[in-house]
Amino acid sequence: MTKEIINIKELKREFTMGTEVVHALKGVSFSIKEGEFVTIMGSSGSGKSTMLNILGCLDQPTSGIYEIDGVKVKDLSKNELATIRNEKIGFIFQSYNLLARTSAIENVELPLLYNSKVSTEERRERALKALELVGLGERLHHTPSQLSGGQQQRVAIARALVNNPVMILADEATGNLDTRTSYEIMTLFQELNKKGITITFVTHEPDIAMFSSRTVVLKDGIVIKDSKNENIQSAAAELAKLPVENH
Amino acid sequence: MRILNLLKIAFKAIVLNKVRTLLTMLGIIIGVASVIAMLAIGEGSKESIRTTISAMGSNMITVRPGSDVRGGVRQDASAMETLTFKDYQALKDQASLLTYITPMVNGSGQVINGANNWPSTIYGVNPDYLSIKVVDLQSGSMFTNAEVQSAAKVALIGQTVVENVFLDGEDPVGKMIRFNNIPFKIIGVLEEKGENTFGQDQDDVVIAPYTTVQKRILAIDHLNQIIASSVSEEEAPNAVIQVTDILRTQHKLLDNEDDDFHVRSMEELISTFSSTSEMLTVLLVAVAGISLLIGGIGIMNIMYVSVKERTKEIGLRMAVGGKGSDILLQFLIEAILISITGGILGVLLGLGATVFIETFLHWPTSVALYSIVISFVVCAITGIFFGWYPARKAAALDPITALRYE
Repeated sequence: MTKEIINIKELKREFTMGTEVVHALKGVSFSIKEGEFVTIMGSSGSGKSTMLNILGCLDQPTSGIYEIDGVKVKDLSKNELATIRNEKIGFIFQSYNLLARTSAIENVELPLLYNSKVSTEERRERALKALELVGLGERLHHTPSQLSGGQQQRVAIARALVNNPVMILADEATGNLDTRTSYEIMTLFQELNKKGITITFVTHEPDIAMFSSRTVVLKDGIVIKDSKNENIQSAAAELAKLPVENH
Repeated sequence: MRILNLLKIAFKAIVLNKVRTLLTMLGIIIGVASVIAMLAIGEGSKESIRTTISAMGSNMITVRPGSDVRGGVRQDASAMETLTFKDYQALKDQASLLTYITPMVNGSGQVINGANNWPSTIYGVNPDYLSIKVVDLQSGSMFTNAEVQSAAKVALIGQTVVENVFLDGEDPVGKMIRFNNIPFKIIGVLEEKGENTFGQDQDDVVIAPYTTVQKRILAIDHLNQIIASSVSEEEAPNAVIQVTDILRTQHKLLDNEDDDFHVRSMEELISTFSSTSEMLTVLLVAVAGISLLIGGIGIMNIMYVSVKERTKEIGLRMAVGGKGSDILLQFLIEAILISITGGILGVLLGLGATVFIETFLHWPTSVALYSIVISFVVCAITGIFFGWYPARKAAALDPITALRYE
């Protein structure tokens, strides 16, 4: 049986806004197995962002169970959460969030700087490997301003991979990119997924979902649909279908 | 390992913002440099006062008559005739803490050599004078005790007098001059001493046996001063007490009567001058300290803005596993690095300024090691103190809000 990376049971998250209590998540249950490529979808206000924050260990649920790689996240201290983020999760953001005026390789090294178990040599080596994996082995010393949006997102993906996380958590990772570039990035995600990397992709774009193996749809704080994708599209094939750009 | 990594991160952040960092440092640099330069000037002037006074004979003790009221009129001290040869004799015999002692009478007049003349002051002393005043002879010799006893008309003259009455550069030794029409044979020339601290020309003197000056020039038999030297600079205060006791007995003063004389040691002068220049130093340091404080506030200001500006970066660092304490330390280290680097540059600039002042303004300076240590420590403390608040602010950020911050 494949290992469960994420296990969520009856997860609730409430916010108190003044006197009013907002129920952002009203009892969500699902699990993600190793090697899955899950898209979490939902319109704004569906609880998608809250789900992302909890999945990313940036936030704690009010009640319910959230286990990542066998660790119960609830009741962990802020520092313990930081360690989990450092060791088990690879974040990818819509706006890349790279450090400005800092070279690609140094950006990729960043998560390892907060892990004192990794030596300087190992850090450089792993960052190098991660950058090669995303196809930027030639642009190690370029700063974000010298890279295109797609390349910047590749650096961010390398940064997410460098700490060998159990899961990559992408937040609208193609939101800032044009169709061609976003298909390129999706191709990369699919390649990584084929290598066995678990990916959770939070988005509101339906066409992203067709590249994933499973779709979870949230609405008003509950899961309204959780289905396996029988007909996974290949992003590489879609990319090939796009008309050739005239330069 | 963790600290090393954080050091790297902080260093990187500083290097990435060179101009901002330099501007932040500027306050600290100027603060530290001025502390060091000001202290160097203060110490330098203190030292130069000390050496000037030492050159005057730092273990010198001076006895002058005290002022008095005669018939309702307050008399000037120099008009007093209370100091006598007997006092001198008593001190010479009894004061064990004194090595050299001489009576002194002085009067002003005209030095005449042929067609040249020059107004000067004649000091009547005994041969101990040279040892007390720490004066050497350039040529010739000092008069002897025998010449003092016989009130011989011999004199030694200082450089200023030589220059003004011996215009053709001939050797004055053996020549005759007249002082207020009394002929003196010059037997020696004093070494040049320059001006003293009070701007008095120490070379504008004629030295003669006190007996000669008393009888031939002033026609008095009291003394204007008695000067002596104590066995050592440290013993000077005790020597003052001893001299005071002897003179009180000598003058038959009752316990309830005030001294009718003044005993002064150079030590008092030194401490008077030192305390003045010390006050000056304190003042200078206060001014410099204020600029250091302002420098510190500058650091806080920039760090505070920098935290705001880098909110998103902080959010990212937290998202990839940076703990609150990592962020806190990073910003704290940045502040400390800035202030310590500023401190080092400030020390260098301060030393440079000191050399400049010494070379071009010819002010005496002396860089005290403690001033470097103090300003450096103050710098580090400033960094921690003013870096703490912005660093706390950064560490307390919520990663979710920080990540979404635009």
